[in-house]
Amino acid sequence: MPTNTPLIRAENLSVKTGRRVLLDAVSFAILPGEAISLIGPNGAGKTTLIRALIGTMPISDGTLFRRPGLRLGYTPQKLPLEQLIPMQVDRFIALSGERDKARRREMLARCGAGGLQAAQMMDLSGGETQRVLLARALMRQPDLLILDEPTQGLDQPAEARFYQLLGEIRAETGVAVFMVSHDLHMVMAQSDRVICLNGHICCSGTPGMVARDPSYIELFGQCAGLAPYRHHHHEHCDHD
Amino acid sequence: MIEPFLLKAALAGLLIALVAAPLGCLVVWRRMAYFGDATGHAALLGVALALSLSVPPIIGVLSIASAMALAVTFATRRGVFAADTVLGVFAHAALAIGLVVAAVLPGVRINLIETLLGDILTVSGSEIMVIALGGLVILATLAYGWRGLLNATLSPELMAAEGGSLTRDKLIFTLSLAVFVALSMKLVGILLITAMLILPAAAAAPLARSPERMVMMTALIGSVSVLGGLWMSWEMDSPAGPSIIVVAAAIFALTGLWPKTRNR
Repeated sequence: MPTNTPLIRAENLSVKTGRRVLLDAVSFAILPGEAISLIGPNGAGKTTLIRALIGTMPISDGTLFRRPGLRLGYTPQKLPLEQLIPMQVDRFIALSGERDKARRREMLARCGAGGLQAAQMMDLSGGETQRVLLARALMRQPDLLILDEPTQGLDQPAEARFYQLLGEIRAETGVAVFMVSHDLHMVMAQSDRVICLNGHICCSGTPGMVARDPSYIELFGQCAGLAPYRHHHHEHCDHD
Repeated sequence: MIEPFLLKAALAGLLIALVAAPLGCLVVWRRMAYFGDATGHAALLGVALALSLSVPPIIGVLSIASAMALAVTFATRRGVFAADTVLGVFAHAALAIGLVVAAVLPGVRINLIETLLGDILTVSGSEIMVIALGGLVILATLAYGWRGLLNATLSPELMAAEGGSLTRDKLIFTLSLAVFVALSMKLVGILLITAMLILPAAAAAPLARSPERMVMMTALIGSVSVLGGLWMSWEMDSPAGPSIIVVAAAIFALTGLWPKTRNR
């Protein structure tokens, strides 16, 4: 079990806009090297939580600790304006602050996006965009990757390839991953720990434990508990 | 022989086209055309208030346009309405309030047509100096914050996650726009300030493969529009500001036909 200082620790984190409570007293910690999946129905506050972690959503209550000097890598769900702004992939990566073209090329190739440097961002397919976004996030050698629904809009093979790549990169770099996801099967196979969010944290723990939790079954239905994937991370997990 | 007033108008217009290029691209990329309108329309109120307080109009325009730009920026963050609704409300409310205030304030006489449509042909040497200096400030500020401006355009969340300051980006963008409004109002009038920003940029978009190329193309198209519009105004005795925009619109229509050659 990783015993280092948490990268991020949230204690009774609440976010309100007007009278609406988007997040209600959420507590959890992300340890170095951990892979955590955040699941929950639409409107559960997943994106709000991500924004609070990144710092673009003001926190109404509670505390959020970041390990000093924490380096974040982040991939947005999509780039809403990419249709309007002409930009080549290599330039997009360079905007992270990386000046060395060779390093940029290397990272793109590592993420399976080699040869795309000269392509326009707006011409990329969904899977290519996610690879480019991942390459940019990794350019900063992050301690923690925050991925907002990285496989949304990908077909099954592209999705499988993306998760395989993510697994390889975790194995190589030991980066921690905090990922919003919809596809429960992949979550079950890929995560050390799952947090199920619905305004508050309804359950969390190893994928196996969460799948059997009554509040999870209530949210996602019985069939979701029958995920056929096996995971091999029991020894890394703790229930909180 | 070219008349001196035409030379002055051309010089002022070219300066504005140059400054409008990076700002206009940002406005187009960020889908913020209404934001330009809101800031521009606030200028009329600025003129009216400045005249009633006996201060130079540019001071009034600068203050009111800045206040408007900041108010809009921080009002669209929260609230129940879509951003374009809020911006539309601000833009048209500002124009209407300006028209009412200009009419009822005692001792204020505003040439409405000139304020709304501009009068580039009467621009003076000292006004050109102000445009050049103010334009230099805008261009230097945008150049200084350019990487941040591009990142915030692509994804504010991504920028924040990488440690950038969204507040700084917003201040740079909104205040530059407010200064631009104050500088260009005399030339194209407050109704067409947004047009001066977005038409050349929109015309350049199909031709460019990088953000900076698009800015350069925009500056070029803006300059051609200024010269073409002045020529058209001279030949046909048409109002100069609208003529510039008509030429820009014609170029937009032409480049829209450009075959899409961006694919790898």
